[in-house]
Amino acid sequence: MDQESGAASSAGSFISLTEHEQRLYSALHGRCQADAAGKLSSGKVAELFKASQLPPEALHKVTEVCGAKRLGYFGTPQFFVALKLLAAAQSGLPVRLESVTANLPLPRFVGLKSEPEMRYATLPASIEGPGAQCGAAPAAVSWTPADRSTSRHPEANVEKKEPRSPPRSPCSSPAHSPLTYRSYPYAKPKDGADSQMTYESKQSPRPIAKLEQQHSSPMNYGTKAPAEHPAMARASSAERLAQQGAGDSPGDDPWRITEEQLEYYTNQFRSLQPDLGALILGAVAKHFFTKSKLPIPELSHIWELSDVDRDGALTFSEFCTAFHLIVARKNGYPLPESLPPSLQPGFTQQEEDIPDTPEDRSIIERIQPSLATTKQDLKEESCKKDASLTRMTTPQRKQTLQLGAFPERPEPPQHLDPQMRTKTRPRSYSSTSIEDAMKKAEEPPTPPPRPQKSHSRASSLDLNKLFQQGAPGVKSGWPLPPPALPPRPSTSQVSHFINASEKTPPNKVQQPNFADFSHFREEEESCVKPEEPGPRSRFGPSTEDLTNASKQDVCPSQAPQKPVRRKYHPESQNPEAAPPPAASFPPTAKPAQKLLSGQKREIQMAIRKNKESNAVLTRLNSELQQQLKVVHQERVTLESQLEPLRPLAST
Amino acid sequence: MAVCIAVIAKENYPLYIRSVPTQNELKFHYTVHTSLDVVEEKISAVGKSLGDQRELYLGLLYPTEDYKVYGYVTNSKVKFVIVVDSSNTSLRDNEIRSMFRKLHNTFTDVMCNPFHNPGDTIQSKAFDGIVSGMMVQSG
Repeated sequence: MDQESGAASSAGSFISLTEHEQRLYSALHGRCQADAAGKLSSGKVAELFKASQLPPEALHKVTEVCGAKRLGYFGTPQFFVALKLLAAAQSGLPVRLESVTANLPLPRFVGLKSEPEMRYATLPASIEGPGAQCGAAPAAVSWTPADRSTSRHPEANVEKKEPRSPPRSPCSSPAHSPLTYRSYPYAKPKDGADSQMTYESKQSPRPIAKLEQQHSSPMNYGTKAPAEHPAMARASSAERLAQQGAGDSPGDDPWRITEEQLEYYTNQFRSLQPDLGALILGAVAKHFFTKSKLPIPELSHIWELSDVDRDGALTFSEFCTAFHLIVARKNGYPLPESLPPSLQPGFTQQEEDIPDTPEDRSIIERIQPSLATTKQDLKEESCKKDASLTRMTTPQRKQTLQLGAFPERPEPPQHLDPQMRTKTRPRSYSSTSIEDAMKKAEEPPTPPPRPQKSHSRASSLDLNKLFQQGAPGVKSGWPLPPPALPPRPSTSQVSHFINASEKTPPNKVQQPNFADFSHFREEEESCVKPEEPGPRSRFGPSTEDLTNASKQDVCPSQAPQKPVRRKYHPESQNPEAAPPPAASFPPTAKPAQKLLSGQKREIQMAIRKNKESNAVLTRLNSELQQQLKVVHQERVTLESQLEPLRPLAST
Repeated sequence: MAVCIAVIAKENYPLYIRSVPTQNELKFHYTVHTSLDVVEEKISAVGKSLGDQRELYLGLLYPTEDYKVYGYVTNSKVKFVIVVDSSNTSLRDNEIRSMFRKLHNTFTDVMCNPFHNPGDTIQSKAFDGIVSGMMVQSG
């Protein structure tokens, strides 16, 4: 590298930088905002030196030795030498030019953002890896690969971010801004500036600038047009923030959500849930936040912090809180143990303000148990099922809670607690009833087969009942339309037969329909006699007959068989019904066939299914019979054993 | 006041178990394990009445000379077991009930967290906090 050789020449000693060191130093060099002449901003350099956590006198020595003091500024070579010296000092070697030649570890800078630090520590050897990742970034993040490809150095940094940012891109592209901004400073300054400029032009500059502003405001950096300044400000402000300790509320508040961020969060909320007043369900939110690629325990913790009403869903404010915590976490801030004051539920104007943090939290927690007692049973059942229920029940309560709880802090909790408790008690009853309903709802997967069983066993009887019920309504159109088979023959002429077919969900009923259709086909669309006895009798035949019928192809030849079948039918209407339909069938068979072939197919399928269920049931029956025999035998043996004992007992 | 608090899943494996660290923890694990039998017995006994209103609080499961074991079952067969020191005679039934109620509420909150998969061990800090509060009370 030229810089290296330059450094070597100016320092008067041969400095060999390893690849890692090269990258680190170039990145830091870029961070320090070198101007055209190659001078580094002394402020930045000073920050960097402070970050190295060396005593001031060591820093002075370093400055002196590297030659910057002499020059009055940090040129690139001086900077590199200084970095080397810092590494030396950190590893305990004396700060001298000779130590520069030693094999030193990378200088450690505390207080820089943890991510860049980690990146520096783990710089991979290959740039192609990050490059490949750049290419692999989804199209939605098109600007990131495009920008990043222009800068070589951020690739190493990007490598860590790429896995994170692409998945988040659809949901939080401006949120990338803090992440990406970090990458740019580490680029070669010009490249970084270019890419950043292009990025800014593509994205809405204001949110990003304001995002920067939020973090840089305490540092008194304005959101100027030069892209690098906000970036540098962000980097340095983050560094300083980290130095001061994260979550430091009085001075700079990283937890405060700016307007632009709020706007962004609103848009994201809308993408998930169009109604701002509604809730985002837990599963939806989980899916969304998982895209951020934070580890699950952290997301879990964030959820715990942000779901203040403990209902398993996020309101808009909770969502903003959670989102902000995620953004902050991704930027390297450690997660707080409790909700920071600016992220308390009252931070948006949707709810009233709550000044104090811990009191409010405790108040909220006090109120929530009373709420939660009602929900406990529900939620124990199955999270989602119950959660949906509770969400239905709790939003109103939650809203009343929120509205009522926050106006004055001392009173509402006491007010609300008895209120909530009184409300909870009736609610708990209802919840248990809901539970029961749900339990019972969960229980019966089996009912549907039962009707079939009954029909199969007592087909004729049931069908008799059907007939009796249906008889009065036959002409009016069969008040017992079976749900399974939709009316197939659409023509009005076969309406009677349609109704007959409609009556046939269970096995036997359908099978007669098969026969019915044969009737239909035969009758065609000619006059339709009210075939009351006909269809009824068709329902009558037993299984064997119907199987016969199903096997037969639809043809007029069935007509003569029908009277045969009807003999099995207990009803006596058969002989009456048999002749008239039989007579009319043959002539009208063929034209009706085409109309009803489709229906026939359906019936055949239904028949097949019924046959299968029949087979299953017969098998079951046989097994049960066997068991019954076994049990009988056991009983017999037991009785025989008992007999000899009886005389003893009686005596 | 508790010496040991455990949350046991429906399938009878522990979701969370914590005891006052000064003592032999294995002993408490054992105790909780054996108390499961008593819990099952109590559940099945009440179940005959098709107890939709089965009492969640099971009460004293069994006393030993050193400590007493209380049980609580939720409607989804998640069991809470609290072991208290026998010397702590001041603890009344109501207090135990309130402890269980608090546990149940916190457990519900954990369950509500979409990032928590039912069946996983409980890693919620809030839950830890509540449990520690209940255990530290014993002084």
